[in-house]
Amino acid sequence: MTDAAPAPFRNEKALKRLKKRRAADTRFRFYGMSAIAFALAALSLLIVSILSQAISAATYHVVRYDVVLDPAVIAPAGKDKPADVARNIDGFYNLLRSNLLQTFPDVQGNRLETRELGDLLTRLAVLPVAKSVAANPTQIGQEMTIKVPLNDDLDLYLKGAVSPEARLKLGTVEQGTETAPGRVTLSGPNAFKGLQSLISAQRAEVGDAVDARSILVTSGPATGRVVSMSANSLEMDLLTGSAADYQGARPLARVIALPEAQRNVSDDQIAWTLALKDMGRISRVPHFSLLTHTDSTYPELAGALAAIVGSLLTMLVTAFIAIPVGIFASVYLEEFAPRNRLTEIIEVNINNLAAVPSIVFGLLGAAVFLGFFGLPRSAPLVGGLVLALLTLPTIIIASRAALKSVPPSIRAAALGVGASKMQSVFHHVLPVAGPGIFTGAILGMARALGETAPLLLIGMVAFVADVPGGPTDESTALPVLVYSWATHAERAWEPMTAAVIVILLMFLITMNGIVVFLRRRFERRW
Amino acid sequence: METTITESRETLTAGTSMDETQGLTYPRIECKNINVSYGDKQAIFDISLPIPDRSVTALIGPSGCGKSTFLRCLNRMNDTIESCKVTGEIIMDGENINDPDIDPVLLRSRVGMVFQKPNPFPKSIFDNIAYGPRIHGLAETREDLDEMVEKSLRRAGLWEEVKDRLSSPGNSLSGGQQQRLCIARAIAVRPEVILMDEPCSALDPVATARIEELIDELRKRYCIVIVTHSMQQAARVSQRTAFFHLGELVEMGETDQIFTNPRERRTEDYITGRFG
Ligand SMILES: Nc1ncnc2c1ncn2[C@@H]1O[C@H](COP(=O)(O)OP(=O)(O)OP(=O)(O)O)[C@@H](O)[C@H]1O
Ligand SMILES: [Mg+2]
Repeated sequence: MTDAAPAPFRNEKALKRLKKRRAADTRFRFYGMSAIAFALAALSLLIVSILSQAISAATYHVVRYDVVLDPAVIAPAGKDKPADVARNIDGFYNLLRSNLLQTFPDVQGNRLETRELGDLLTRLAVLPVAKSVAANPTQIGQEMTIKVPLNDDLDLYLKGAVSPEARLKLGTVEQGTETAPGRVTLSGPNAFKGLQSLISAQRAEVGDAVDARSILVTSGPATGRVVSMSANSLEMDLLTGSAADYQGARPLARVIALPEAQRNVSDDQIAWTLALKDMGRISRVPHFSLLTHTDSTYPELAGALAAIVGSLLTMLVTAFIAIPVGIFASVYLEEFAPRNRLTEIIEVNINNLAAVPSIVFGLLGAAVFLGFFGLPRSAPLVGGLVLALLTLPTIIIASRAALKSVPPSIRAAALGVGASKMQSVFHHVLPVAGPGIFTGAILGMARALGETAPLLLIGMVAFVADVPGGPTDESTALPVLVYSWATHAERAWEPMTAAVIVILLMFLITMNGIVVFLRRRFERRW
Repeated sequence: METTITESRETLTAGTSMDETQGLTYPRIECKNINVSYGDKQAIFDISLPIPDRSVTALIGPSGCGKSTFLRCLNRMNDTIESCKVTGEIIMDGENINDPDIDPVLLRSRVGMVFQKPNPFPKSIFDNIAYGPRIHGLAETREDLDEMVEKSLRRAGLWEEVKDRLSSPGNSLSGGQQQRLCIARAIAVRPEVILMDEPCSALDPVATARIEELIDELRKRYCIVIVTHSMQQAARVSQRTAFFHLGELVEMGETDQIFTNPRERRTEDYITGRFG
């Protein structure tokens, strides 16, 4: 059009500015991505560490007992009513224990060993058996196969969680002879050379501490503890089985790093467990009882059922109170309430409430619901009420945000065709705000699900042996169970705790999944 | 563009003659001494304006002069604005609709409104139209409702475009289609008066022409009040024009007279583009 020179886009200043802007862009993108990477890394670390702990609680070892349900033991005269049988824990325990004693007759007469053998079986573990027999009394006097969880420490040993242990296949044993009662000498040319060098390697590493380590040599059902050895012969204390079990075999040697005195499981117990395993009486099965049992002082018997049901009941109470109240409150505040001093004060206070530490709500609940209204302690009803108070501000704030984001033009449109205020809110505003409101509600519920502190204060931390049947029964909740299991000293609780955390996370993931689903399903554009 | 204007002029003349036979002077709505203030700030000063039936009244004036505010008085939409106070009388069919005893919900079902920005409900095209008849119980059966929806869409000139996709969301239509959908929605409740606040402000010339045709057609049955920033549009579609300035009614009269022979200096300046 004109012969004026086109404006120089590529002049030096412009190029410089462009470069600077591009650098700023890149920098910002880098910051953003590293923030996300950090968050992701932390999250996956958390999940991996919990899962890796929990995975060992996903299965556990049970021992099979083939016994005859001797009426003299489990249903003696005068105590043979089903109710008595169901309560006869001692009878069943003795029945199974004597089966163990028969399996390992060597322990007879040795009180310490007898007790240690009995420890393979937890006394209370027979309770479900007693109940099932009582429910079906025709089984009494019959032969029966009973499966009972192995003691938790031995379970951990079998899972390799008790101590690091070096294993080595030995050379062929040509002869095993019993030199003295309980003392066996194995011999075979160079059969023990490998073991010797393993020990000297360990000695080089840890010094004379290696002498305190137990070396167990196992062949079939027999296990012995090494006393002394040379390249061609090995002397050991036989813990179970007989010298003949070694004849012509290639035994397996285990060097257990943790000395016997520092373990909860003795060499004898390990030997018996290995023998039971060799007999095919120990199997590793999925740990369903974690979901079907209630709490117990014995980790192998404990389950989270009472806590799961307690959490569900608590959440039900919370949902029934917090969601409707929250939605109505926010609809009123957002759509109907006049804007004045009073509503402003209410608004500020709702925001303040959302920031109040949860333990304060617990104190309030204890004072008001337990002290003033006299509601039962430890009940999901009270827990639900307290958590409802706790989530209410969250739900109200989220719902109000959702309602605020509904374009006013939709309200005007509804009023314009002659809809009443109520109709415009319920027909148009709420459906549009619905996904947002539900997101807020479920996020609030998810927060409530993970709350521990307020529940501790209203007594939901009690040991609960029965599944709560209703909202006024004594109960506990998942996060509280995590808390109380995590405070137990025994090692076996660690994976159990992690497993409960996984259950809790599953609940949370399910709830968040619902949020995502709702968003996808109902999200609207305008 | 040129041809459209000429054509419209023709229809306009035809329309005027019809109005004359029906008596343009009969006012459907008689506004007397309307004052509106938002809080302390008065937006409309003592406006008195008769609005005739079966014709189009255009409200023109520079931005912020109170056209929308005045329009909202006619169906009491100002009630929804908390700070807004309206005084004065608005007589419609012998009743003062500004009286606190008048149910604004009933009023709004008789005085429909098309907003400046298309605002379909986030529902299907069908439900957009059917909503009004449903809440007012205008349709007895599903067939009635179907018929009503079709009729409204036909009259808004949208039926051919959407008849195969009645269940798709109203927001999936183009801007012009959405505006016609909103018009169809407004006429579906069979109002007697239709208020339109800059209905074509976001539309291209073709869609604008469509809507103008529609207005021209609607005028045969309804009393229409339209706010517009386009002088040509006011000239094309309206029979009467009112010019607002700074919250006051400066001049009103037959559209032809206002555009060809304005009485007031300010009106002339405005329509000739010297300010505003
Ligand atoms: N909701 C409100 N709150 C306070 N003041 C308002 C409100 N709506 C409008 N006003 C004021 O009232 C006056 C008239 O506004 P109105 O919207 O009626 O103008 P208008 O003529 O429609 O302008 P435009 O042509 O730009 O749409 C303006 O000064 C505006 O600032
Ligand atoms: Mg306006």
